[in-house]
Amino acid sequence: MIGVVTTIAFALLGLAMLATLVRIVRGPTLADRILGLDTLTVLAIGLIGTFALRTGLYLYADIAIALALVGFLSTVAFARYLLSRGRQ
Amino acid sequence: MIYAAAILILVGATLCAIAALGILRLPDVYTRLHAASKAGPLGAGLILVGVGLSAGDAGIIIRCVLGLLFLVLTSPVSAHLLARAALKTGIEPVSTTSIDD
Repeated sequence: MIGVVTTIAFALLGLAMLATLVRIVRGPTLADRILGLDTLTVLAIGLIGTFALRTGLYLYADIAIALALVGFLSTVAFARYLLSRGRQ
Repeated sequence: MIYAAAILILVGATLCAIAALGILRLPDVYTRLHAASKAGPLGAGLILVGVGLSAGDAGIIIRCVLGLLFLVLTSPVSAHLLARAALKTGIEPVSTTSIDD
């Protein structure tokens, strides 16, 4: 059962990553692209968690939490960059 | 316990997919932020809790709940920072936006 559920979750998360990628490529402003990268990090956390459940290697849960930390810091840094770049 | 984990994983992945649909379809960066900031605590957080439940080990459960707590704390902060930066750099909201004081 876990195999079927994780396969469905992988498919949903992959579709979500694809939609976010389209937004990063198309995104009219830099803020849209930063938002897309932030969402991509969150989706990667979900993907790693699903992988941990599928394989039973619970070490991956730690990796997902570490990725959450790094993703937050990168979004804050990008937002500061957007502020310091000033009005376009 | 494994059934609860399966349900949590499915719900989390579905919420992530809905958030990505919102990012793709909504009209401007502020409405897209509204959709994206739900994906963090709800989507990824529920998946993390599902992993913790399926492990059944106290250490992993505590780490996963701490991860969820971290996501709940940081996701609104980063969304607010990004919205503030977008507003200050002069990105216009969509024309149907109304100010409700």
